[in-house]
Amino acid sequence: MSGEPRTVRGTPLELADLKKGKVFTTAYVPKIQYAWDTGVAIGRYLEELKNGRLIARRCQRCQRTMVPPRMFCERCFRSTDEWVYVQDTGTVNTFSLCYVSWDVRRLKTPEIPAVIEIDGASPGMGIMHVLGKVNPKQVRVGMRVRAVWKPPPQRTGSITDILYFAPIKGKTTKVGTAKKPR
Amino acid sequence: MSMRRVAVVGAGMTKFMRRALETPKELAWLAAKGALDSAGMTLDQIQGVVHGTAPDAFDGLHMKGEYLSEGSGGWKKPYLRCYVGGGTGVYAIAQGWFQVASGLFDTALVVCEEKMSTCLPHPQAAFLTIFDNITEQPLKPNLLWIFALEQNRYMARHGIRVEEIARVSVKNKRNALGHPSAQLGAELTVKDVLASEIMAWPVHRLMVSPTSDGAAAVVLAAEDVAKRVTDKPVWIQGVGWCLDTTYWTNRDLYYPEYVEKAAWMAYHMAGIREPRQEINIAEPYDPFAYKELHHLEGLQLAPKGKAPQLLADGVFDRDGDLPSSPSGGLLGVGNPIAAAGTMKVCELFWQLRGEAGPRQVPGKPRRGVAQAWGDLMQVGTVVVMGTAQL
Amino acid sequence: MKTPKNTETRTWPGAIPLESLYTAGLGGQVFFKALKERGEIVGTRCASCKQVYVPARVFCERCFAELSEQVTVRPQGTLVSFTFSNFNRDAQPLARPQALALVRLDEASTVLLHYLLKVTDPTQVSIGAQVKMVIKPKAKRTGSILDIEGFVLA
Ligand SMILES: [Zn+2]
Ligand SMILES: [Zn+2]
Repeated sequence: MSGEPRTVRGTPLELADLKKGKVFTTAYVPKIQYAWDTGVAIGRYLEELKNGRLIARRCQRCQRTMVPPRMFCERCFRSTDEWVYVQDTGTVNTFSLCYVSWDVRRLKTPEIPAVIEIDGASPGMGIMHVLGKVNPKQVRVGMRVRAVWKPPPQRTGSITDILYFAPIKGKTTKVGTAKKPR
Repeated sequence: MSMRRVAVVGAGMTKFMRRALETPKELAWLAAKGALDSAGMTLDQIQGVVHGTAPDAFDGLHMKGEYLSEGSGGWKKPYLRCYVGGGTGVYAIAQGWFQVASGLFDTALVVCEEKMSTCLPHPQAAFLTIFDNITEQPLKPNLLWIFALEQNRYMARHGIRVEEIARVSVKNKRNALGHPSAQLGAELTVKDVLASEIMAWPVHRLMVSPTSDGAAAVVLAAEDVAKRVTDKPVWIQGVGWCLDTTYWTNRDLYYPEYVEKAAWMAYHMAGIREPRQEINIAEPYDPFAYKELHHLEGLQLAPKGKAPQLLADGVFDRDGDLPSSPSGGLLGVGNPIAAAGTMKVCELFWQLRGEAGPRQVPGKPRRGVAQAWGDLMQVGTVVVMGTAQL
Repeated sequence: MKTPKNTETRTWPGAIPLESLYTAGLGGQVFFKALKERGEIVGTRCASCKQVYVPARVFCERCFAELSEQVTVRPQGTLVSFTFSNFNRDAQPLARPQALALVRLDEASTVLLHYLLKVTDPTQVSIGAQVKMVIKPKAKRTGSILDIEGFVLA
């Protein structure tokens, strides 16, 4: 045998072929629901979110303060040692302006997901959240932000107890391990 | 390490399509049969079968590995299903490699398949589940988020402009015009790419690979079998893989360290000290345009932050100094998750044998590297292949 | 590891919001077309492996050959096994047990799973019994495995 195989097979269909029943199909709608245990570290994390605070875990061996918190250090492979409250402020490590919703609808106003490095945690320790109360055009890597919380009675012990992170006026900083853009 | 030498002796793939009539196991069979036919071999000559496929949710089949076993040639054979998300297509090659290198088997068939069109309303619903179920999914993320966040981090760290990244789409979609399996080959300009709608800034639609149905397969053989069935074996000179932490918001996304580690594992095995000098073709994983550049840097084929400049200089063109994704990549050929990585391995096989037809890289390339990536932006899988038996 | 205070045991509710639409494929197109349009059961034969696969498949799992020889098999066969299920898929008790049959159609090499109809008690059934397939009237057939209602004792 030599030369590339030219008999590449496969039968492409159009969406309409399926909708019009041009080919036989079987539909399946699974009814699967879960109850995920939050575990020790995330259980406490969620409780503290309800209290309007962010909490981390510290590993004494590598000296890292980790958020989201975890009961073991994946680097040292030992138990983490203590709970540490961290700030509800931080620095935008990276962000996007997303015009597509989670279920693939087009959005007029973009959602602004971001990784936010949390003050009080070790450098580079971020969490994913969204930014709000900000002109999308003015979001920058290095922007300083603060959590905007739901009013206490509306909190449920969820990451969404923080509505979004909003800019702290006039502040931009160098991010974690990053160098300044050239 | 006393391992036997292993060669790729056959390769096959289906068309990559937005929606296929074929069932997943029919797709697997088409690719696997194609690979066997190209090696002039039959199924009874195969001792072990490795199957790679990404989340069950795409095909909507739990026990998907088992479901796909007979389509992959696994009937009454030692059969292994493996999975590291998008990294699966190259990881599966490593799984097959050590079955043969160890002396356990003389031959192995490696088959990767994905049928994403089954998943309604959109495969996005399955991608959602890669985010942390308790601390991230409640924010209603989508897959574009992490790619856009990573691309922006890469750009911000090095001062890279979006148009520099758009060139990857232009190159790969053009290369794909010569690929008989390609779903999205096209002649485009940077301007076209930037004019396509913004999905998640800085990611434009034409910087995103499509969702696809398809399969790809290769036949692996130990030295004595390889030399018997073909006069052009392509040797697996090295394999490597590495996972970083799933706490993806705790690391700097600007550089894929885990790809570097996986690459050096493979390069050491292959005796490569200067990757940039010793590798003739690259097939880095390109589900998004920036990922090709990101991965070329992780693969040590460009200095950190310099891949965009080398791309602009033509280094990665098909007739450049280091052709990258001459297949057309995921951006051009398509992205049936696990099968996409194996497509890249098939491409190295054809390129190194001089059988890549209109896509053939000039200058008789002797060595190539293929790489895939996945899970929660955390796994690098690498294979080095060459014409020389080391 | 000390258990920290202040931690309530709790779970987080979750779901994976997706649906699947499966194509019948190359083999399935042949099988379901024959079932829907003609009320026939069609398989494919691999001559070298001496196998008749029902439902029709496009390839032989044993030798990997493409199967182009179609065989219409008679809608009758032998009961290979059966069971009476007292619970539904959500593990809830059923008012009436559901009987299930594994049947080897007379001309097929493979075995088919379907409902066993018109029986209420295991004592009425024995392995090895002859059974006949009940196919829905043409107007009610859609090209689904449910175009077959099930099997009855012959
Ligand atoms: Zn530690
Ligand atoms: Zn056969």
